[in-house]
Amino acid sequence: MAAEAAAPKRSAGRKLAGLFYGRPRLQVGSLLAGPVGWLVIGYLGSLAVLLITAFWSVDALSGEVVEEFGLENFEAIWNEPVYRDIIGRTVGVAAAVTVTDAIIAFPIAFYMAKVASNRGKALLVVGILLPLWSSYLVKVLAWRTMLSNEGIINWALEPFGLSGPGYGIVAVWLVMSYLWLPYMILPIYAGLERIPNSLISASEDLGAHPLTTFRRVILPLSFPAVVAGSIFTFSLTLGDYITPRLVSSDQFIGNVIFNNITNNQPFAAALAVVPIMVMIAYLLVARRLGAFEHV
Amino acid sequence: MRLSKRATWVLRTGVGLGLAFIYIPLIVVGIYAFNASGTTQKWPPPGLTLDWFPKALEDESVRESFLTSVEVGLVATLIAMLLGTLASLAVARHRFFGRETISFLVILPIALPGIVTGVAFSNTFTQVLGIDLSLFTVIVGHATFCIVVVYNNVIARLRRSSASFEEASADLGADTWQTFRHVTLPTMKTALVAGGLLAFALSFDEIIVTTFTLGAGDETLPIWIFRNLFRPNQLPVVNVVALLVILISIIPVYLAHRLSSDEGGVTGGKGGGDVKAEATAVP
Repeated sequence: MAAEAAAPKRSAGRKLAGLFYGRPRLQVGSLLAGPVGWLVIGYLGSLAVLLITAFWSVDALSGEVVEEFGLENFEAIWNEPVYRDIIGRTVGVAAAVTVTDAIIAFPIAFYMAKVASNRGKALLVVGILLPLWSSYLVKVLAWRTMLSNEGIINWALEPFGLSGPGYGIVAVWLVMSYLWLPYMILPIYAGLERIPNSLISASEDLGAHPLTTFRRVILPLSFPAVVAGSIFTFSLTLGDYITPRLVSSDQFIGNVIFNNITNNQPFAAALAVVPIMVMIAYLLVARRLGAFEHV
Repeated sequence: MRLSKRATWVLRTGVGLGLAFIYIPLIVVGIYAFNASGTTQKWPPPGLTLDWFPKALEDESVRESFLTSVEVGLVATLIAMLLGTLASLAVARHRFFGRETISFLVILPIALPGIVTGVAFSNTFTQVLGIDLSLFTVIVGHATFCIVVVYNNVIARLRRSSASFEEASADLGADTWQTFRHVTLPTMKTALVAGGLLAFALSFDEIIVTTFTLGAGDETLPIWIFRNLFRPNQLPVVNVVALLVILISIIPVYLAHRLSSDEGGVTGGKGGGDVKAEATAVP
């Protein structure tokens, strides 16, 4: 009886399951429809819209968006020295932040991967991960307070007759190096973990000085991982507008985009194309350097 | 690696300084939440007090924006868990044309600067679709960049577990659902939960995409902080909220890490691919 009663209910699910049986294409199709639909139509579609609206313009008198193709926005970005300065400043800080983070991150990652005990390693991974995830805005806020005139940095430096950098471009560089540091540590750590210890031992057994081992074995093998980390430090710096706003009065690409988003969306879109282009160029170079196996 | 005592010592100092650099700002924020002086941010604080905590918790706008953040985070996380799981099942268990591009597609919203994603969605909603910005548009934006976190966690687990268990289940007569429910789902359960926790943490304190997709009447907690931090009389409450936000974003991440390291470290990660799951995850 019980088996009979359960039979029809079960067969409905079975029928549907049977439909998928032996039809791998149908299986893949139904698995992918949702996520690919969302990302291709929703996200790539939006990026396409961004590229199209970048060629539109705003009527100077009415403030209405004119949906006609034109190069005015890009001409303005290219010709106005202000925008060239802003782009130069943003890319320059992105490069400086990337180099700074690589220099700070490498010893930490190296210690984690090759020196620390298993327990120490686990602790350090958590210790690097947690702040990476903790609120970005709060971290910028912390630095805003620390860098202020009466903040902890000036307080700590005062006995030595020194003072901190205060707000400005140095502060932006410092804060961004802070914000993106964990993004550099983790890929380098993963890259160093993959270097077999036997290679290092071989170099040592052949009589190489530790520094030589470092220069000739470890550094070349881990360089792609450094490039992988730099993708994040570079990209994140290019798009940030909150850090410059909170610890400087300098304009970065993000600030100009933000200032134009309500009144001149086409121009904001055209400016957003700049970081996209810079990142595409950066990713192409990174791929040649073998970074993608480490991302 | 064999290092001299001095070299080890130098390295240890470097690591110590690095960790100090990472943690001091967070500790300073924590201390300011107890700052007895309500009006200035002078260091050192003249004294410590708990007064600002009830003030912050009673603040109507703080409560409302907190609930908004939770709501956005939960819905975005659910969408990301569903889409991320589907995509990872397809990539890990099937062969098809364009399989390699799926990972790239999933990672794109987080590899591009957040402002690009924000402007793209903003322009699409307002200029093309004619949809007013609201919490719905925020959720769409958040879900998009959260997919990668779930995807990376689940796919790492699926790749380490053999498909032969699923084949065995099918050979023993289980249908597609039964195999999924009794074999695949238990295998990936903790990775899925860990991915969900990380996605929530990511959404909870996101501000850039939020700024560009938020409607006029709504406020998430990070937006609340941003709008209030220039008001001197709100500063003590901002400090308390900042401490709470750190705690709320750290706890899920810690839990996620525990969940996955118990089972061999999917989140902590051996390969670069796994670490990337986390390294990429904050815009």
